[in-house]
Amino acid sequence: MGGKGPAQGRALFLDMRRRLKRDTILSVLLVLPSALAVLVFVYGFIGLTTYVSFSNWNRLVPDYTFVGASNYLRLWQNPRFVITLRNLGVFTGLFVGGSLALGFLLAVLLDRRIKGEGFFRTVYLYPLALSFIVTGVVWRWLLNPGSPQMGSTGINLLLEMMGLGFLKTGWYTDPRIGIIAVAIAAIWQMSGYVMAMYLAGLRGIPEELREAARVDGASELQIYRFVVLPMLRPITFGAMIVLGHISLKIYDLVVAMTGPGPGYFCDVPAYFMWELTFRANRFAQGAGIAVILLVIVSLLIIPYLRHSLRREVEA
Amino acid sequence: MLVAFGVLGLAQVGTPLVLDKSATPGDIALAVFGDKAYAPAVMRATNSKALVDPTFARIPTLDAVLPAGAKVWIPEETWAKAFLAVWDPNRVENLFGGGKLVVGSWWTAGGEAEGLEALFALYRGAYADVVVVNATVAGGAGFAFKAVLKPRLIAGDPPDAFQLHAGLEVEGYSPEVYLHPLDDLYSIFGWDKVFPPDLLTLLRYQDHYWGVPVNIHRANVLWYSKDIFARYNLTPPANWDEFFQICEFLKGRGIVPITLANAGGWEAPHLFETILASTLTPAEYRGLWTGETSWTHPGVTRALEILKKILDYVNPDYSAHTWDTVLEYIAAGNGAMNVMGDWAMGWFMAKGVDVGWAPVPGAKGVFVALSDTFAFPKRASNPINAMGWLEVCGSKAGQIAFNMRKGSIPARTDITPQEKAQFNPYLQSCMDDWARDAIVPSVMHGAAAPESWVVDFKDAINLFLVTRDVARTQAALVAAAKAALGQ
Repeated sequence: MGGKGPAQGRALFLDMRRRLKRDTILSVLLVLPSALAVLVFVYGFIGLTTYVSFSNWNRLVPDYTFVGASNYLRLWQNPRFVITLRNLGVFTGLFVGGSLALGFLLAVLLDRRIKGEGFFRTVYLYPLALSFIVTGVVWRWLLNPGSPQMGSTGINLLLEMMGLGFLKTGWYTDPRIGIIAVAIAAIWQMSGYVMAMYLAGLRGIPEELREAARVDGASELQIYRFVVLPMLRPITFGAMIVLGHISLKIYDLVVAMTGPGPGYFCDVPAYFMWELTFRANRFAQGAGIAVILLVIVSLLIIPYLRHSLRREVEA
Repeated sequence: MLVAFGVLGLAQVGTPLVLDKSATPGDIALAVFGDKAYAPAVMRATNSKALVDPTFARIPTLDAVLPAGAKVWIPEETWAKAFLAVWDPNRVENLFGGGKLVVGSWWTAGGEAEGLEALFALYRGAYADVVVVNATVAGGAGFAFKAVLKPRLIAGDPPDAFQLHAGLEVEGYSPEVYLHPLDDLYSIFGWDKVFPPDLLTLLRYQDHYWGVPVNIHRANVLWYSKDIFARYNLTPPANWDEFFQICEFLKGRGIVPITLANAGGWEAPHLFETILASTLTPAEYRGLWTGETSWTHPGVTRALEILKKILDYVNPDYSAHTWDTVLEYIAAGNGAMNVMGDWAMGWFMAKGVDVGWAPVPGAKGVFVALSDTFAFPKRASNPINAMGWLEVCGSKAGQIAFNMRKGSIPARTDITPQEKAQFNPYLQSCMDDWARDAIVPSVMHGAAAPESWVVDFKDAINLFLVTRDVARTQAALVAAAKAALGQ
């Protein structure tokens, strides 16, 4: 403020205020359309779906009579719904855990600054460029069970040729491992993405830290356990969120690869929701599944949002 | 040629008329039909013609005075009546012809797409002024198409006509709200006389007709490899005991006795419904869907036990196969039998497989039927064009052209022996059975039950494939029936 007089200071203040006001109006105007769209098309429809799930709309003609939680009750009594929830749990655990582990392993290997790193990085990342539909179709053939009469294809053929025929299984047609087969395909698709995130993280860890740990006598394993992994925690967390919500919404992969499968052992809630709504015309029950999925995703996302918001405030 | 087939389209059977003195459409209608009320039909027919042939007059309004020498088109009386039954006087725009005809279906593959195209060709021949839009959505048994159609019906933006299985599937579309009843068209075009009574019963829901059937398929056919049966000197099984003897015999020889698919989730339930139609009498089977037969009936238990036993003789990879890919077993000589609807015949013929057919064991004289119809939404944008489409679908020419390509049989019963001879031997034998057998409705193809019940039925059987628990599955089927019939 030093050398300026009060009048000059006041003019500057007014000018700033005017400019601020114009900026504010402009920014509000700029945000308004998308904010309105989000309000209507996201939150509005969440509200509508939630309302429908408590309504009596279980045939084609909309019927918005409030019937309480009876749709949810019906869902819980439906053995197929319970199976889909269990499948979702197994799938999410395997897919998130598997992608993180495989992605981390690939990242560590590439971080050794091997020859042709760029080539391998691209190879591992490529599956991410495919849609789940393509992945599903490819893995539908790779994991095809085959039969003694018609012969094997894909992985089973590979096992046969390696003399490991006893390892052949029915893959996605086997009720015991159906959903695991779907998880394998999903891991194949997403682990490259996790690798890229971890690789960026690993490159961000200063070499000095590792050096210091080595000087202190830490083994390579201990360096990873006590230095690298803790520093990668935000990345692990972020990757878990991304993989987690993909996993909870999984639909296209199941459609392309297996369908609901024998005894619904490859079935997932999103698929069941589609069939219940558009096939059985039970719109209210379908909305109920949508709401349950939303709640599960929220349980995953909200802690993350709180965490990252707090970090922003701190910064 | 088309004229020879009878009722079809104004372009074929109407007549041009040159006015000898000036007249309004009303005057013309009075002179030709003896009733002024036919004026809108004359106006629409003439305007449709004028769009493709400029020598015809264009009639701007219903009370326009046309000069002497103007050329108008007099539609055939049947068509004029059908027009008046469908036309809404508040929609004057429908008097000018042209526009589109949007037909929704799930016919995208092979013979069925060709059949649909043949119907379109007939339609274009009759209504040259209309642009046909083929709004198909691929996906077996229409599961994807229906999901696209339903929101459009609710939103009031439906196609002008859409494919619908004959029978209780119509319940899922809430016809009293969304669809045009077709009773008038049935009597005007005489469909209530040319379709067999069992089919007419199936087509009526809430005492109205909602769709025009274009074809008939049979669901309960046992296909067998002639090659394998000849090699081991086997004959097609007449009952389930013989069937399982053959299965046991073939299993010991490294052949899959009975092939099964279930990738679509409907193939195994389809097999089960054909078993049900063999362990119950036709009347009992029909009663399952009306509440007259209890689902606790021992025939249902026996059907589940048969299905359970069949699972010991099927290919292990059944859930990776769709109904068509599994037929490769038979084509390659590795599988002996298969139960599938008669659309499989088209597949066998395309692959050049010499295949035999018989009714599903224990179901001789029982024809499990399904039929594709076209329905007419109330809020169709081009109702007159849709009416013409239904006319083509119900006509003999349309049914013959369509079914020869699709590999199904006409729903009409007035097919002459000469016309019948154009069909392949399987279809000819199917026509004989259709005329002779007891006709019962298929579940999985929309005839027997509303869709919500079909989903419950299908879910119960799909679970059964893994649990193989007869008692629990029967309990689930009882519960499904209770929920659907509201008992």
